[in-house]
Amino acid sequence: MVTLPEVLSLAALLFCISIAGIFLNRKNVIILLMCIELMLLSVNMNFIAFSYFLNDIHGQIFVFFILTVAAAEAAIGLAILVVMFRNKGSINVDDLNSMKG
Amino acid sequence: MIEQIVFYLFGGILLLSASMVVVMRNPIHSALFLVLSFFASAAIWLLLQAEFLAITLVLVYVGAVMVLFLFVVMMLDINLVTVREGFARFLPVGITVAVFMIAAMGLVVSSDYFISDTYMPIKSIGLDYSNTKELGLTLYTQYLYQFEIAGAILLVAIVAAISLSMSKSKVNKSISPEQQVIVKKIDRLRVVKMKAEPNIKSREI
Repeated sequence: MVTLPEVLSLAALLFCISIAGIFLNRKNVIILLMCIELMLLSVNMNFIAFSYFLNDIHGQIFVFFILTVAAAEAAIGLAILVVMFRNKGSINVDDLNSMKG
Repeated sequence: MIEQIVFYLFGGILLLSASMVVVMRNPIHSALFLVLSFFASAAIWLLLQAEFLAITLVLVYVGAVMVLFLFVVMMLDINLVTVREGFARFLPVGITVAVFMIAAMGLVVSSDYFISDTYMPIKSIGLDYSNTKELGLTLYTQYLYQFEIAGAILLVAIVAAISLSMSKSKVNKSISPEQQVIVKKIDRLRVVKMKAEPNIKSREI
């Protein structure tokens, strides 16, 4: 049978892959959004693993809310991306420097 | 035993497709590998008895969010050469950070704390058990207020996404009312004085 450390290590590896993806793909906002989706997926996997191994349904409720917020985030992020491409003509993160922040 | 085979198979597919998302040159391929990783994690969630959330992941994520991603990727005309530059430059930093995080999380996960008897799933679940029913019973009673807030968040997301991406170009010729009411007669009407033409009628006949 599957044990809790196995699922937790899988989620940790997935999280680290997406962290590395955020560092590597600095020029492409679409891949950054996809990496954020992967990070949320690994967090959800932790929640579901604890929900299964502790026999507690509340972890799955939290996954439900995280899925809701992640869908909203993806929609708004892609809308911002479309507006950025319309105004700047590129999706490079380095071009987002007009506010000098 | 069969559970472990299924877990390692889909876990391997998940990690492989996640790393392909990161290293793929074409964003369309990345999006398709992200779909594959969602399918693999839905299989793992099924193994962990979260049936409703596994189906939700496939329907909502693969069916809606990833289609939205593919739509945007195909709609934008991305220059693939400029998108890839800097990949080799950030490679050492990215790998260093990832290795550090794997080491830190491995120290946490590999401790004896997580293999105690507290973390034991109940193996014998009756046939009349429904994960969807349990989830709904908790969601609509104990978490009702949070559920309403989630609905409000989705509404805000709809409004924000539409108002951000709606084009400002006018599609019809209507005049805005505030410009219409301040118009004076002098702006629209010009009285021209000119001499009358003599004998037009007699010439035509």
